[in-house]
Amino acid sequence: MTARSSTHSLGLNRVAWGRQSLRAAVLAYLAVLLIIPLLVILRDGLQEGLLGFWRTISQPVAWHALMLTLWTAAVMVVINTVMGTLTAYVLVRYEFAGKALLNAIVDLPLAIPTLVTGVMLVILYGPQKALGAWLDQTLGWRLIFAPPGIILALLFITFPLVVRAVQPVLLNLDREQEYAAATLGARPWTIFRRVTLPALALPMTSGALLSFARAIGEFGAIIIVAGNIPLYTQTAAVFVFGEVESENRAGASAMSIVMLGIALGLILLVDWLQQRQERETMP
Amino acid sequence: MMNSTKMRWPAVQPAPAAGMWRRQLLIGLVFGYVGVLIIAPLAALISGAFSEGLGAIIYALSQPDVLAAFWQTLFIAVIVVVLHTVFGTMMVWVLVRDHFPGQRLLNALVDMPFAVSAVVVGYMLLLLFGRNGVLAPLLAMFDIKVAFALPGMILATLFVTLPFMVRELIPVLKSFGIQQEQAAATLGASGWQTFWLVTFPALRWGFVYGIILTFARALGEFGAVLVIGGGIQGRTETATLYIFRALDERMYVGAYSAALVLGLLSLSLVLGTELFRRWRE
Repeated sequence: MTARSSTHSLGLNRVAWGRQSLRAAVLAYLAVLLIIPLLVILRDGLQEGLLGFWRTISQPVAWHALMLTLWTAAVMVVINTVMGTLTAYVLVRYEFAGKALLNAIVDLPLAIPTLVTGVMLVILYGPQKALGAWLDQTLGWRLIFAPPGIILALLFITFPLVVRAVQPVLLNLDREQEYAAATLGARPWTIFRRVTLPALALPMTSGALLSFARAIGEFGAIIIVAGNIPLYTQTAAVFVFGEVESENRAGASAMSIVMLGIALGLILLVDWLQQRQERETMP
Repeated sequence: MMNSTKMRWPAVQPAPAAGMWRRQLLIGLVFGYVGVLIIAPLAALISGAFSEGLGAIIYALSQPDVLAAFWQTLFIAVIVVVLHTVFGTMMVWVLVRDHFPGQRLLNALVDMPFAVSAVVVGYMLLLLFGRNGVLAPLLAMFDIKVAFALPGMILATLFVTLPFMVRELIPVLKSFGIQQEQAAATLGASGWQTFWLVTFPALRWGFVYGIILTFARALGEFGAVLVIGGGIQGRTETATLYIFRALDERMYVGAYSAALVLGLLSLSLVLGTELFRRWRE
């Protein structure tokens, strides 16, 4: 009896020891990969205090880059949320030829390197190309090397995020309320607006926030599509790249901190929203 | 579940004729959007690459610098996959089975690379390992070169691909539960035996998906390896960096065909995995 209990506790100790070292190894891996780099950039960017940080960010070129990033991302989010929700709705509620194909196409942007996305858009809409030249001359639309190109690239890249957030929730949605509304004489649009949409608000929001977070940091597609023109098409990420190239650490660090802050805030918010969603669907 | 709901409420389905045009309109709208946004650019890339014929593509892709760039990309991707398979497994175990203060934050931190700009990732590594970096004295002591060299590019790609393996394995390990491991332990299996004979086989498809997605993402990384690697031709140039340089130097056939190969490679990996996953379910 004594012998058995002692081997038992020995085993437990071994497990506890293994658990501790595993935890330590994982924390060390994350520290090297994530936490130390984050702390270093924070220290670097705030070296000259908050005032110095603000002075760097509020300089015209940096400020314009930040504002351009935010407004193009905002425009993208509006279009993407509407079209993503519509796509999810069509995929879940309708049967039609090519449905499986459409479902596969939704994942396509996740699979294509964003640099390649940029190349694609330049070939199609570039000013020297047939379609791009036609749009430029007849309609006066300049897409490439201009802000609309940024929005187009962001729409391409983030398309799956809203669709894939809304689709599973819509699939599991209990339709009894919709049928009840229909029996009470509500028109389809009213049913969608008053019954379906409120149930989708949470996944739509997390999809929209994820798209926004993704858009703030995008670099590969944007530098190809929009180039690097300060005060016109230079976004925050491209600005950081330029500052790193010209070895201007103050500018690069300050803008990086702003971008990291937005990214971290949004990631935590989405994490919180998804936990809420899980609690709602699994009572 | 949907089917049962449908069967219970056949009578109140809206009349087909009334809903028909709306349904056609919505489906048409989605196909139009996807066509303009995704399919047309993809077609443009294919026609752009083939604009001077297949011979030009083969010639452009068989240049030594292009081949070297693609090999570099593949090499980095393989190393990254191996490291993430080992550490990713450990991380998943800690995130699912272990409990300690700060675990929620850790769980959210794993997703950070989804949202952090690739340029910022490269820049952070430069601040650590660059010429005036925090770790520069240490690196000089051991004569290790990280920035503008292969190790830095591997680190950058590791950062960017961190979430893929972990997010793939967490739900699988969670749903697998702990009973079978406990049963193995009761039967006298050591921790290591339990992992190899019980847990690992249960997670194997999670590993396969995680490895493929990590690999595909690693192939396409651009911003982070550009900043930390510098894109020095013949030394730190990956496939994406070659495309960037080729566009800059107006070598369009080379740029377009490399982009097509890279795009098709990661596309077939990811879509193949997705299709296989659906078929298996």
